[in-house]
Amino acid sequence: MSPRFHAPYPGWDILDKWESPSFNDITRAVLRRRLTEVHARRFFTPAEWLAVQALCDVVMPQNDNPRPVPLADWIDAALHEGRSSGTRHADMPSPRDAWRQGIAALEAEAQARGADGFANLERDAQNAMLRDVDDGKVSTEHWHGLPPQRFFRNLVLAEIVAVYYAHPTGQSEIGYGGPASPRGYVRMQPNRADSWEAPPGDWPDEDTP
Amino acid sequence: MSHAHRPRAIDGQAPDVFSRDDTVPMRQFADTDEVDFAIVGTGCGGGVLAAKLAEAGFSVVAFDAGAFWRPLSDFASDEREQEKLYWLDPRISDGADPLEFGSNNSGRSVGGSSVHFQMVALRFRPEWFAARSRLGYAIDWPVDWREMWRYYDEVERACAISGPLTYPWGPDRGRYPYRAHEVNAAGQVLARGAEALGVDWAPTPLATVSAPRGKSPPCVYRGMCKIGCSTNAKQSVLVTYIPRALDAGAEIRDLAMVTRIATDRQGRATGVEYHRDGQSRFQKARNVVCAGYSIETPRLLLNSANARQPTGLANSSDTVGRYLMVHLNDAIWSVMDDEIRWYKGPPSMACCEHWNYIDDHPDKDFDGGYAFMSQGPLPTDYARTLVTNSGVFGHELRRKMALYNRMAGLKMVGETMPCADNRVTLAEETDAFGVPRAHVTYAHDDNDRRMRRHARAFMAQMLEAAGGRDLLETSSTAHLMGGCRMGADPETSVTDSDGRTWDVPNLWVCDGSLMPTGGGVNPSMTIMANAARIADRIKTLCASGTSERAHG
Ligand SMILES: Cc1cc2nc3c(=O)[nH]c(=O)nc-3n(C[C@H](O)[C@H](O)[C@H](O)COP(=O)(O)OP(=O)(O)OC[C@H]3O[C@@H](n4cnc5c(N)ncnc54)[C@H](O)[C@@H]3O)c2cc1C
Ligand code: SF4
Repeated sequence: MSPRFHAPYPGWDILDKWESPSFNDITRAVLRRRLTEVHARRFFTPAEWLAVQALCDVVMPQNDNPRPVPLADWIDAALHEGRSSGTRHADMPSPRDAWRQGIAALEAEAQARGADGFANLERDAQNAMLRDVDDGKVSTEHWHGLPPQRFFRNLVLAEIVAVYYAHPTGQSEIGYGGPASPRGYVRMQPNRADSWEAPPGDWPDEDTP
Repeated sequence: MSHAHRPRAIDGQAPDVFSRDDTVPMRQFADTDEVDFAIVGTGCGGGVLAAKLAEAGFSVVAFDAGAFWRPLSDFASDEREQEKLYWLDPRISDGADPLEFGSNNSGRSVGGSSVHFQMVALRFRPEWFAARSRLGYAIDWPVDWREMWRYYDEVERACAISGPLTYPWGPDRGRYPYRAHEVNAAGQVLARGAEALGVDWAPTPLATVSAPRGKSPPCVYRGMCKIGCSTNAKQSVLVTYIPRALDAGAEIRDLAMVTRIATDRQGRATGVEYHRDGQSRFQKARNVVCAGYSIETPRLLLNSANARQPTGLANSSDTVGRYLMVHLNDAIWSVMDDEIRWYKGPPSMACCEHWNYIDDHPDKDFDGGYAFMSQGPLPTDYARTLVTNSGVFGHELRRKMALYNRMAGLKMVGETMPCADNRVTLAEETDAFGVPRAHVTYAHDDNDRRMRRHARAFMAQMLEAAGGRDLLETSSTAHLMGGCRMGADPETSVTDSDGRTWDVPNLWVCDGSLMPTGGGVNPSMTIMANAARIADRIKTLCASGTSERAHG
């Protein structure tokens, strides 16, 4: 596992195409809202908020991002608005209840490991704790009725990546082409790109065996 | 405006789907008019049926709970925004292998799930229509394959499918209406792997045009088909059969959620209760057709129970909601040396049906078949697959995602067996209209597990042969089939071969829930072909006076 993250497409920003035929009016309107409308916390309590922010930081570390994506704010907004995915697992509470219970369980788990809360654990301990949660190695009663792995993967991870990679920052980082309407693409062959796509990428640390 | 909160098909006008903000004239009926057909759902089943019945002169009102979109002005290049195309109301998912709904398999728009389907347009293998008698598993369809194949011809023409000159598997089929698309880099990985292993592959027949067609421009390869095609190159039901239905005098009622089918003292259907624009209404009809797909059609029938049919309408066989099927949708992903940039072009431009057409092979330890296709998921879609399957997070997650442009993938569409315990029932909890939510129970069987193992191994071998490394396996399901199956025996099926329910002579089903088996290919062409066939059967039955029919 490589500890550092190298962006393969430094300098590529899909927003540079804002005025180009790759963007249409509705896409501009949607992205304008995404970039500007960040709501103040409405769903989580102040105490939960610390843990949620720390959780987002561990799952998607953004210390190198000049414009970090406000992940926790978007999760809060989605929960506040009652956004639904179409599925409620019979062994899971509703998303709102699951998040509240899950955050309380993470806090309790961190306390069982000697910290005040998840936010106060060292980064390595946070990583180790989340791996344990994913493995179902949990020690507190707070998980009762909430399968740890399903909470962690299907709610926490799935929601964080859904926000991050819907954001121009996340999309530019991976060299995605971004919005593409009305203009799509012409060059479909491997190692070929249109002039309105990212130039060839570079993966310095990829050859980990 | 990005969201359609108010109905748009009103005042004798419906959205012109080829315009940014225009309308086309629409015939309208009063709630008190007893229309020939009230159709619930306007997707692959309901949309095709509405058009053909209206063209035959019947009076038709087709309801959809979803919005009536104008793709050119409503569809953004944005995954999160486009969730508006999906059925996002929660369903309770239970069982040993609980299913994912929403964006995974359920649409909610005029045009149904075809608005966001990935356009893979395949046919059933002929033998699958007689799976029990010819292949020894599951159950036979009550329809002969030759008849179904004639209707595949019809719907493939109606959707101007772009496909190869010769298709490697199955009996000869005529030429596809439009030439095949240039296969993208992601598809070329499949092609290279197949050639290395010595098995056939084909450019996938796709429901997006490779040359102009009427008001549809050729596909521009923007690759966002799964979140709605903003150019109208995609030949969804919304831009093919819905305009035909309107032209022929059908009324489409958008944002109209049907909550119950009403019946009279003789047990015959009299019309539908529905909600639209804040009002609770009732449409009279001589015939009612359920076309809400495999979860909503059973849910509606179960919720329409009455004193004479207390366990649900048309449910004397206790089959409503049962024999629900999905496709195994496991995938293998790998890192390639090349930059693939799989976001370009329709997501599945190359396919392999090799294992659909092989019965006796020492390696084949399962019933049924599977196809697989090349992949091109959009960023959040791929990220979700990655994290829910592997639990990866932190820098490792960002590093894996940074390989997005170097990834290739093969994903199966694998047949599962119809099983009575995989079913839709009603939950205690109700939705905003007071209708009990669907409760869905699903478990795989041993055959599924054997097929999944086989497919994973074969796809992995093929990807490696194409130069892929660092393989990642993921598991999921796709598509819904069954839940109100048709059949030859009233004891074990909900409808006869015409889609008419055994119990209620003027109540019909016409959607994916009719499918007795799922086959190893994506289902929409089969659902559309079956709907086109049922429309012709209804015409014949009416002409011979064995069905309800108005004058005019
Ligand atoms: C992401 C995705 C990709 C897919 N890709 C492919 C592909 O590449 N190839 C392929 O062959 N198939 C594909 N499919 C599957 C295909 O889209 C469906 O199998 C097909 O559309 C089902 O047809 P249907 O008529 O049964 O239901 P649908 O097309 O889903 O139509 C049902 C309609 O009924 C409406 N409805 C339901 N209940 C009510 C009610 N009570 N009142 C009013 N309206 C109601 C819904 O809003 C919906 O619009 C895909 C599906 C998804 C989700
Ligand atoms: S790739 Fe073609 S069909 Fe898909 S969204 Fe783009 S134009 Fe439409």
